[in-house]
Amino acid sequence: MLRWLIGGGREPQGLAEKSPLQTIGEEQTQNPYTELLVLKAHHDIVRFLVQLDEYRFASAGDDGIVVVWNAQTGEKLLELNGHTQKITALITFPSLEACEEKNQLILTTSADRTVILWDCDTGRQVRKVSCFQSTIKCLIVLQRLDVWLSGGNDLCVWNQKLDLLCKTGHLSDTGISALIEIPKNCVVAAVGKELNVSFVTGSHVGEMIIWDILDWTVQACECSFWDPSPQLDTQQEIKLCQKPDDISIHHFTWDEENVFAAVGRGLYVYNLHMKRVIACQKSAHDSNVLHIAKLPNRQLISCSEDGSVRIWELREKQQLAAEPVPTGFFNMWGFGRVNKQASQPVKKQQENSPPCSLELIGDLIGHSSSVEMLLYFEDHGLVTCSADHLIILWKNGERESGLRSLKLFQKLEENGGLYLAV
Amino acid sequence: MISAPDVVAFTKEEEYEKEPYNEPALPEEYSVPLFPFASQGANPWSKLSGAKFSRDFILISEFSEQVGPQPLLTIPNDIKVFGTFDLNYFSLRIMSVDYQASFVGHPPGSAYPKLNFVEDSKVVLGDSKEGAFAYVHHLTLYDLEARGFVRPFCMAYISADQHKIMQQFQELSAEFSKASECLKTGNRKAFAGELEKKLKDLDYTRTVLHTETEIQKKANDKGFYSSQAIEKANELASVEKSIIEHQDLLKQIRSYPHRKLKGSPLCSGETEHTQDQASQAATTSNPDESADTDLYTCRPAYTPKLIKAKSTKCFDKKLKTLEELCDTEYFTQTLAQLSHIEHMFRGDLCYLLTSQIDRALLKQQHITNFLFEDFVEVDDRVAEKQESAPPRPVPGRPPSRSLEECPIPQVLVSVGSYKSSVESVPIKMEQELGDEEYREAEVTESSSFDPQENLDYLDMDMKGSISSGESIEVLGTEKSTAVLPKSDSQASLTVPLSPQVVRSKAVSHRTISEDSIEVLSTCPSEALIPDDFKASCPSAINEEESYADDSEGAIHFQASVSPPELGEAEEGSLETPPSQIDSSCCIGKESDSLRVPLSPPAHTPSEQDGVVSIPPQRYRQKDQGFRVDFAVENASPSRDNSPEGFPADELDPNRLLASRDVSKTSLDNYSDTTSNMSSVASTSSDRTPSSAHPTGPSSERHKKRAGQNALKFIRQYPFAHPAIYSLLSGRTLVVLGEDEAVVRKLVTALSIFVPSHSHFAKPVKHWVSSPLHITDFQKWKLIGLQRVAPPAGAGALHTLGRYSRYTSVLDLDSKALRCPLYRGALVPRLADHRTQIKRGSTYYLHVQSTLTQLCSKAFLYAFCHHLHLPAHDKETREVVAGRQASFLKLNLGLVNEDVKVVQYLAELLKLHYTQEAPGTSQPTLRFDYVPSFLYKI
Repeated sequence: MLRWLIGGGREPQGLAEKSPLQTIGEEQTQNPYTELLVLKAHHDIVRFLVQLDEYRFASAGDDGIVVVWNAQTGEKLLELNGHTQKITALITFPSLEACEEKNQLILTTSADRTVILWDCDTGRQVRKVSCFQSTIKCLIVLQRLDVWLSGGNDLCVWNQKLDLLCKTGHLSDTGISALIEIPKNCVVAAVGKELNVSFVTGSHVGEMIIWDILDWTVQACECSFWDPSPQLDTQQEIKLCQKPDDISIHHFTWDEENVFAAVGRGLYVYNLHMKRVIACQKSAHDSNVLHIAKLPNRQLISCSEDGSVRIWELREKQQLAAEPVPTGFFNMWGFGRVNKQASQPVKKQQENSPPCSLELIGDLIGHSSSVEMLLYFEDHGLVTCSADHLIILWKNGERESGLRSLKLFQKLEENGGLYLAV
Repeated sequence: MISAPDVVAFTKEEEYEKEPYNEPALPEEYSVPLFPFASQGANPWSKLSGAKFSRDFILISEFSEQVGPQPLLTIPNDIKVFGTFDLNYFSLRIMSVDYQASFVGHPPGSAYPKLNFVEDSKVVLGDSKEGAFAYVHHLTLYDLEARGFVRPFCMAYISADQHKIMQQFQELSAEFSKASECLKTGNRKAFAGELEKKLKDLDYTRTVLHTETEIQKKANDKGFYSSQAIEKANELASVEKSIIEHQDLLKQIRSYPHRKLKGSPLCSGETEHTQDQASQAATTSNPDESADTDLYTCRPAYTPKLIKAKSTKCFDKKLKTLEELCDTEYFTQTLAQLSHIEHMFRGDLCYLLTSQIDRALLKQQHITNFLFEDFVEVDDRVAEKQESAPPRPVPGRPPSRSLEECPIPQVLVSVGSYKSSVESVPIKMEQELGDEEYREAEVTESSSFDPQENLDYLDMDMKGSISSGESIEVLGTEKSTAVLPKSDSQASLTVPLSPQVVRSKAVSHRTISEDSIEVLSTCPSEALIPDDFKASCPSAINEEESYADDSEGAIHFQASVSPPELGEAEEGSLETPPSQIDSSCCIGKESDSLRVPLSPPAHTPSEQDGVVSIPPQRYRQKDQGFRVDFAVENASPSRDNSPEGFPADELDPNRLLASRDVSKTSLDNYSDTTSNMSSVASTSSDRTPSSAHPTGPSSERHKKRAGQNALKFIRQYPFAHPAIYSLLSGRTLVVLGEDEAVVRKLVTALSIFVPSHSHFAKPVKHWVSSPLHITDFQKWKLIGLQRVAPPAGAGALHTLGRYSRYTSVLDLDSKALRCPLYRGALVPRLADHRTQIKRGSTYYLHVQSTLTQLCSKAFLYAFCHHLHLPAHDKETREVVAGRQASFLKLNLGLVNEDVKVVQYLAELLKLHYTQEAPGTSQPTLRFDYVPSFLYKI
């Protein structure tokens, strides 16, 4: 009767049985996000977030509008209307050298087969390109070469003034779904034929890991050359994942030593020095992980189709630990399922058990639908966007309180209301 | 006749103020005697004075040039209110103290009649025989057909409680000024319209006459004019002259100075209208101006009439009614304002005073008061004014000195009426002499220009007033608007013939009836008083013969009634409506010993706005004597402390919505109210408060109900504490239930614990049946949620579970609560289930006081600089956090979860203070990762 009252609420029927989902109770001492601000401006799924500068970000989604926000106050700064259909890619654009005003520019492309260059300070369209045969699915800016590329059914190379430099022939019907810059002035284009598209990753240490490639080709530009990538760890990954759905890598990120990848519902950490997966969390979420972000101090944030955002910490595993992957922290006072789960044995890992573990230190619940993307701001917290049309700004409550105090005393001083206590 | 005891009384007052407030035992003379009639089952509120009306009302009277003083209307217009009270008689009284009556005349050096824009006069008047005391506001309206173009009117607030009138003088004056300003504006508009019509008539007449003259000229070729022709020519000349005069009048009325209107918050739209009217002067028609438009649209429809040279006597024709004198729109607005005044001053004096003190104190706490007060005046203007006003005139000007400074100026009241006291007042005699001299001077002055000319023109315009030919000189002596000493107008008032007849009758009345007319205070508008005059002018004299019966007493107990109880009394027991309190009998009676202990609270509000208003402090006098009450107006007297009629937030759509919401719920919630309420409603329909009035008893009732239900909740549920803690710490509490009425009732009750984010509506959602969303938790802090049967309601329950970390859930159907643990000390104090408090309103006040205390803690915490910012660069955040924690614990004495309450309130304060425009941005949703517990009965 009071079931809803007691538990954490989420009751993934059947799913929980298949693979244990790590959960965390209501007490999350390490979770710094104790304030949230719901930002409402979009009328459809919000898919993209991009940071403009240290206090602004832009969001875009299926409603075709781009909104510029203040990450500190949550204030809506601008609304950029120009696309008639859903936006398919959003990218910051380096400001033109020739232009004297150093306004922040962004490049958007949409299903209406146009690319628009926006000025994020004034909100006006700088330029619009609409000579495409197909929908552009991805954009990339090669800053060193002062060019940008657009990928759809064909690949185009443009210069900063939005002049078309070169163009490939028709590549495929499905088109290029992702573009990655690799060293030596190369780009890797992922051409997907299925919905679960594969990604190619490149790390700046020169190594490249191809997780799963259905079909791929590289279109060189300028002094480009075609570089067949070594097929490194594919078999290992295939070993890891049984279901085809799990194979697809939805997102990845990297730092100096590790590559973090979101594979299906799980998270994997691949160490570049050890050339092996050092930690994995096979069921990090109830549903596919859509985006991950690396935080300082070995933390990782992931967001998923299940509407939750989770914060993980990469920890060295005790050598003595018999259980390879601890399932996380359990709250003694938590109700319901938590206890049941704690007693459940964790699935055995491979013989070569990873030396590290990803531990859940907190989760952020706010969205009621799939969380499409997240953006980490060093100073202002975390921004998540979701299919429920909302953007949520997660903030560190303590820090915000301090900032408010600062603002308060500034205003007091302005008003001449600040006195020194004797 | 200003006898020593009066002066002593004031010094006494001052001495008393110097005494420490918490003097353990009252001196003998201040001790309160038992109520003498207690044994007879009477109570201090029963009618003792024999006032013939049941409660306060507003009377509008006119000094008609045809029939003399006559009552026009009362507000409320209900015979039950004024009962057997003789309105005619009282009208005569109040109209006879108009010092400021103004007339139109020819000023020296001007050929045309001049309109005087006379400021209203404000007088306090008492009639102890009738048991009635009145604040009387005289004003003059313009009427083209009236003698001298003016019609004297007055609005009087009549109460049985003298102290109410005295102590609320400022407020009454401010409110009545608004009404008067509104009425006068409408009148000017109507007058201008009238003048235009008249001009059209004259123009037409001129054309007709001109044609006739031409015809005669042609018919007559003998070279000399027939007497008929000469007569025509004369007529034509006088018509032309009249045209010029009327044009001049029109110009004058349109150039009315607008200094007063600007400050009036009553109707800004109206100000626009009038300013427009003045500046554009109806010569250019502005189609945008709606009010003007009807003026102009009616113009083409108007067909000019021929004005006959000799029209009927003015006594034969019917004078315009008040409604006709004023533009309809303004007239209704004036009536609305007057009934607003009636609402505003309803109830007992102590109630009014307490609420005023309350408001004044709340205004001082402008940083924190938004949190828990549901009605807060956010009128910055008022606050600013108060700050700028001189703080207290008291120290600089001791009452005794002011007394010396005021050489009884207001003795000038209708000379004749004071005959009886003249012997005993030597000073007054002098004044009278001076007055007479003045009048003589006037007469000489007025004789300097040709009365014949006046007569000529008057003959044209004001037929019938020839009979009062003597008045013409006086009219001519009228001073201009700038300076109009009272003596002047007073003098002129006495001269006109027809009023004089009435007046002498009035005087004789007075002498015969042996009772007294007490002019307790007169306050001319400051603009008219020269500076040296100012000090003395506002003082007032209360002249009275010593009253025969000294036995009546103890009325001054009123102030000891606490407001909540009063509220109860007002709502519950009809036998003792506070408005029936009649303190008139206190006059001429030894009640000083009772009065003195009460004076400190009574003083606070008036001192705040810089007014020395000393309630009558008299010792018993064996001989007859004067009592002098005075109110010194400061430079900006009118609206300093006036309870705001239309608070800014009332106009805010948010607020309106919210209040509508509330009123809607109040209907729902209180459908199960006790029978005594319904009896109130049925038996005293006139007492039923209007919901439109923000400070009215309706909110009082609302509070009472909320308090009662909260009390019930606390007694009924053992887990009330954690629930209230949730509300105080900003964690949304969802009240879940199937029965909407029950949920709404509890939500309303619990809303008294919800801190607001801004001055607008509280973040409370009374009833919701759709699944909750994350935005709801950000917006609302208390939500009533409908429990829907599982198939349909699964979604709602699912989201509730999903967002469980942001909410506490109170399940009314299963009597269970899921929320974080609370171990503090604050909420037990706030909501003690063993409390002795029984009444809802009392409990509400208890909650308010506790919460105010809490607010002050939060204020301290939020505004202590060193607590939030590092003292030097090297200090880490941890050190600052440690300092905060120790401050909260040691200095504020907070334990456990109480800290979070104060921190949350402090965050709200910070946010509110730093917001550019209050109410614009939503506060963030703050939450903690703390485990919840399940409580069940």
